[in-house]
Amino acid sequence: MASGNVPGADTRPGARVELSGWGWRHSGREAYALRGVDLVIEPGERVLLLGASGAGKSTLLHSLAGLTGADGAISGDREGSLLVDGAPADRSRGSVGMVSQDPETQLVMARAGDDVAFGPENLGVDPGLVWPRVRGALEAVGFPYGPRHSTGALSGGEKQRLVIAGALAMRPRLLLLDEPTANLDPAGAALVRGVLKRLLSETEATLVLVEHRVAEVVDLVDRVVVVEPGGGVIADGTPGAVFAEHGRSLAAQGVWMPGNEPGPALPPAPGGGPRLEAVDVAARTPAQLGVRSAPRRVVFEGVDATVRAGAATALTGPNGAGKSTLLTLLAGLSKPYRGRVLPRGPLAEADQRPLARWPARRLARHVGTVFQHAEDQFVTATVRDELRFAPLRAGMGETETDAWVDELMERLRLTALADVHPYTLSGGEKRRLSVATALSSGPSHAPDVLVLDEPTFGQDTRTWTELVELLGALRAEGRALVMATHDDLLLRHLADARVRVADGRAVYEEWKPGAEAEGPGEGGPRYATAGGGDHG
Amino acid sequence: MGDRAELVDRRIRADRAPSGDTLTLDAPEDGGARYWLVGLNPAAKLLAALLLGVGLVPAVDAVTGGVVLAGVLLLLPFSGIDRRTLLVLGGPFLLMGLSSGLVNYLYGEHGAEGALGAAVRLLAIALPGLVAAVSSDPTEMADGLVQRLRVPERPAMGVLAALRLVPLLADQWRTITLARRARGLEAGGNPARVVTLFFGRLFALLVRSIRTGTLLAAAMDARAFGTGPRSRARESRWRRADTLLLVGAALLLTAAYALSARLGTLVLLFSGGG
Repeated sequence: MASGNVPGADTRPGARVELSGWGWRHSGREAYALRGVDLVIEPGERVLLLGASGAGKSTLLHSLAGLTGADGAISGDREGSLLVDGAPADRSRGSVGMVSQDPETQLVMARAGDDVAFGPENLGVDPGLVWPRVRGALEAVGFPYGPRHSTGALSGGEKQRLVIAGALAMRPRLLLLDEPTANLDPAGAALVRGVLKRLLSETEATLVLVEHRVAEVVDLVDRVVVVEPGGGVIADGTPGAVFAEHGRSLAAQGVWMPGNEPGPALPPAPGGGPRLEAVDVAARTPAQLGVRSAPRRVVFEGVDATVRAGAATALTGPNGAGKSTLLTLLAGLSKPYRGRVLPRGPLAEADQRPLARWPARRLARHVGTVFQHAEDQFVTATVRDELRFAPLRAGMGETETDAWVDELMERLRLTALADVHPYTLSGGEKRRLSVATALSSGPSHAPDVLVLDEPTFGQDTRTWTELVELLGALRAEGRALVMATHDDLLLRHLADARVRVADGRAVYEEWKPGAEAEGPGEGGPRYATAGGGDHG
Repeated sequence: MGDRAELVDRRIRADRAPSGDTLTLDAPEDGGARYWLVGLNPAAKLLAALLLGVGLVPAVDAVTGGVVLAGVLLLLPFSGIDRRTLLVLGGPFLLMGLSSGLVNYLYGEHGAEGALGAAVRLLAIALPGLVAAVSSDPTEMADGLVQRLRVPERPAMGVLAALRLVPLLADQWRTITLARRARGLEAGGNPARVVTLFFGRLFALLVRSIRTGTLLAAAMDARAFGTGPRSRARESRWRRADTLLLVGAALLLTAAYALSARLGTLVLLFSGGG
């Protein structure tokens, strides 16, 4: 019975997509996200959609998925026509499968099998045929657990595979992928890319893919379409042809092009004495709310680490291994389960106590933290107030503050946005502002240590380059940088020391010789010792 | 082939291990009578709880409530609820019952007897609902509500999906709290600042949760949610045991009233007796 499910249904022919003079403006905006788009995608074609950040690529995908209609989830004004197999897209929902960036907000049900069944149920598929479809889809993505497995207990890569299975179970004729690996760690991303590669060799569905990191998907597609912010299609052709003709201009617009990666010129790391020292630190998972919740578990223990001035220390490792947790401990934001994070050098002169016991005001002046989601750290209503906040609290004079804030906004290209609400900024602008707020205590007492969680996540090449150059300059001034990151390019350009956080311990992997030699003589690097073997 | 079957078997058994997850509930295969209540239809459990709760509203004496409470307590060993959960969830209810009793004792007109009645009644009304909720898998609960009690499907599925976001929200709350400290914001023992800071954080959480909710709604729409009549992959079965539970609840209620009337302790609401 299981194999009797509509033979050949997995190879339904792809859908034909036709846009003419199509445009979309989000409600409440003056400018069109996209306008005058003329594009025909033939059945079975695999298209990579490219454009600068803010060029409306996601908007186009959402419209293809039928989410921007009169009763869709996204409201706004439309012009022109968008047809999937000759019918308006908002009436073709169901023959279209979509996979977006963040698996957390795409899983609907508490159990894996129920989640995959959700789409077929919505399509009114006969209950007897739903489960064979679910099993087939789970098998197609290589899902390693049974259908009753809890979706809350999966890793990011496993969740995203489940999301793909959920889309496949609907037997889509048009498959839309919106940066499906953006939120995953390298291992999870590789896993999902492998699944996609295998699926695309089997299905005949039409594919439209949005992906910033072009090099990783270029062999999955046979056509590249480039769109322009507020405009239409500016380039269209085979990958080879489009990259040869437009590669440079795309790279200049911020698109990550193979062979055109940014190469920032950074001043060398001066090195210096220790600023923070973690001594035999352990951390636990936070207490969970609710019934049947898992007991608290030790994430890592026995971690020793030293953060040095004039150097960048990178924390690497898979998601969930505790990089961010170690980062918040080093930043003095939370108290370790065991062990201490102690100030060293000038920080110890300010306060001898462990960092977790410092008053917030003192901590903010000496240790700046940049969170992964920039919005989390905004506390005022305009960009200018956001930057005035720290210096005024630090006791800087009114005129002095304004001069410094103006300088900071100039340096980070935020001057034109001074009176805008921080939440309404674009992703890149938010990132620049969040770094600026961490630095804003003033030139004389900018923080000695800057702690950053995935600072380059989701940034286009322009913001990436600005950010890395700014961090390089701070390092050259003798500030200590600590960052948790997956970004290989960032690691290559900026990291002086790497600490790998995995399997309940943290181990120094690498120390660039230059970073220690010129230090003012507090000895060589201290290697983080591995935690005891009794973790877990 | 045999290897494969064994592998599948092992997977299923692994799936049955406690998930550490609030949103799924599996009775272990060898659980036996200990998990009897978990196996019943959540709709039956809810109806029985509703019957007991509503049925107890008119009686304000300790005996009627006490009999029902005793009956429900006898069921606890078969509910699969572990001691910790019972303590965490039952604690507040017990406190509520005790404080209600205390208030009645201090200010009520019926002295210690009335106070005991008030406390027992509150517990007897609340406990069945609590047991019904905690002994049910949320997905099965939604299925039962939709298929057996004809609750509209869209809101039921929406609530079920939103439940998944609760742990996410807790994470976001923690991050926002840390971020305030990173910006140098701390109440420092000043109660007025505690309040303003709290609402600042709440606003930040609201912004984040609206964004998260919008994304989830879009993902549900992208999977054709709300395009037409749904089919149901899971059937919410009504078995004889479910009917028996309802009959049992009705009998328990009747017995409680009969016993109390027989003993002459029955006091009805607004009757002013005692």
